[in-house]
Amino acid sequence: MQQIHLGAIDYTILLVYFGFVLGIGWVLRRHMKSSEDFFLSGRSIPAWIAGLAFISANLGAQEVIGMAASGAKYGMMTSHFYWVGAIPAMVFVGIFMMPFYYGSRARSVPEYLKLRFDEKTRGFNAITFAVMTVFSSGISMYALAKLLELVLGWSFHTSVVLSALIVLAYIFLGGLTSAIYNEVLQFFLIVLGFLPLVLLGLRDVGGWDGLTAKLETVATNAGFAAGAWSESWSHMESASANPMGVEWFGMIMGLGFVLSFGYWCTDFLVVQRAMAADSMTAARRTPLLAAIPKMLFPALVILPGMIAIALHATRAGGLLPLGADGTPNYNLAVPVMLAHYLPSGLLGLGLTALMASFMSGMAGNVTAFNTVWTYDIYQSYVKPGQSDAHYLRMGHAATVFGILASVAAAYATTKFNNIMDMLQLVFAFVNAPLFATFLLGMFWRRATGHGAFFGLLIGTLAAAAHHGLVLSHGAVPGIKGGFLGTVLHTYPSEMAQNFWTAIYAWTACFVATIVISLVTARNKSDDELKGLVYALTPRQPDHELHWYKRPATLGVIVLGLTLVLNILFW
Amino acid sequence: MKLDLRLPIGLMFAIFGALLTVYGIVSDAAIYERSLGINVNLLWGLVLLAFGLVMLGFALRAGRAARQG
Repeated sequence: MQQIHLGAIDYTILLVYFGFVLGIGWVLRRHMKSSEDFFLSGRSIPAWIAGLAFISANLGAQEVIGMAASGAKYGMMTSHFYWVGAIPAMVFVGIFMMPFYYGSRARSVPEYLKLRFDEKTRGFNAITFAVMTVFSSGISMYALAKLLELVLGWSFHTSVVLSALIVLAYIFLGGLTSAIYNEVLQFFLIVLGFLPLVLLGLRDVGGWDGLTAKLETVATNAGFAAGAWSESWSHMESASANPMGVEWFGMIMGLGFVLSFGYWCTDFLVVQRAMAADSMTAARRTPLLAAIPKMLFPALVILPGMIAIALHATRAGGLLPLGADGTPNYNLAVPVMLAHYLPSGLLGLGLTALMASFMSGMAGNVTAFNTVWTYDIYQSYVKPGQSDAHYLRMGHAATVFGILASVAAAYATTKFNNIMDMLQLVFAFVNAPLFATFLLGMFWRRATGHGAFFGLLIGTLAAAAHHGLVLSHGAVPGIKGGFLGTVLHTYPSEMAQNFWTAIYAWTACFVATIVISLVTARNKSDDELKGLVYALTPRQPDHELHWYKRPATLGVIVLGLTLVLNILFW
Repeated sequence: MKLDLRLPIGLMFAIFGALLTVYGIVSDAAIYERSLGINVNLLWGLVLLAFGLVMLGFALRAGRAARQG
């Protein structure tokens, strides 16, 4: 694509933003007195701030670039990531899981596993999670640098160093509070920076009706029914009828149930934001309040991709640059749209928003990493029994180390065309079985430490084994599957392959945990499990709250609205 | 709370809004060809300015109330 030239006004906006980001860290530095301040914001964050940070931490590279790419590649079906995946899972976290997370006073997700099960389960989770966060933040950094190189002509190394230093500075100074405050700032910046792009794009294609008409060309050109790019559910009766290549069962179970619940319920990166809330009710409301803007995000992140592909297909000369194999480069949908519609001025704001999204994703990973490293690995296995000041110093050191490791990961990342698919793959191996462990841990007191640990292990192995024995259509054996020699099944798409890997992993972990628990002795008595298992935890007294503040009421409202959205775009 | 978050949010968007509004007034109309002929800098600048000022207003009112109480 043609490079964008930024004017003085664009650089001014970018610099003002960097100034605010660092300024927030600077102002907060005086409040970082204990490790709990640094890692958990001293549990003092109001629900609305925690809620916005909750979605913003997840709003990294994979969301803004990946969702637009999927919007272009798969059309309206991408909305399933929100209206089937994220939202129901967020409601479930708020209503059912937060009472355990917040109530047990665990400082991290792995620590909950230690309280509920045993040391080895915690260790397994802590180590895999630490590796995964470093990897994710490396991908964020890589994607940002690659993009800026392509779009602005900035050197890859400069972008990596610059973004790493800024994120390092504000987390080092202000810990989780600084990360959360900046995530809220980034939230508003992303919404207000991308909205003009969406509005201009929609106006250009003639509103939703005009877009639907143009997307019919896209769909018929690709050999699908006319509505395949603009309808979310109508073409899901079989995998061959839609561009995503998944049928409804694989989508609902794989994406909706296993992957989304696995991510939102057990990923410490997001859960940490709710744990920092100032009270139990605030912690429970955090994901529920977050769900409300979240359900509107498809308009902000998927729609630009859909508009881009519609213009690409209906305008002479196309819009998106083509890759070596002749297919459009979907990952460039957002930057191409920015360059296409925004004049100097708003362009600076749009690019700043894009950088903000990358940095919030990175910061989310780094804060989760330094906490898990310090509490669950260092304090548990390396040097227990030190003073709090010692662990606070370790937190600072872990922040530096986490960023350095991310930089290393950024340089190691290259393989996949669509970042989303790669993240899904990593989540499928590690996260998918984890949700089975939590579900059994929270609702079945008989689940034992051995059951949980070996169940997790078997689930992760099942994921790897399944991935190693299957391929997606047109892929070559290797990192994309089939590496175990024989290919037993070929899925119509990579997405379908990932969803089914998750389903197998979850099922294997679920069954294995039950079987092993039944043949091993319980390692925690009912007394020890108080506050950790549903049946042994006193219900939250909600009736004193105003009706609109009750988590259950909020949850029902959120689910109702999501249902309406699904039906509107059916 | 340690720092009223509405303060930096309000301040930042008020600055962005002011910058874009002024730029929208002084910039050459030709650059708006790509934005469908609309002076989006001016329009969106005013939106951001309004948003920033509302946030600042909330923050200042809360700050005053905290000092009095």
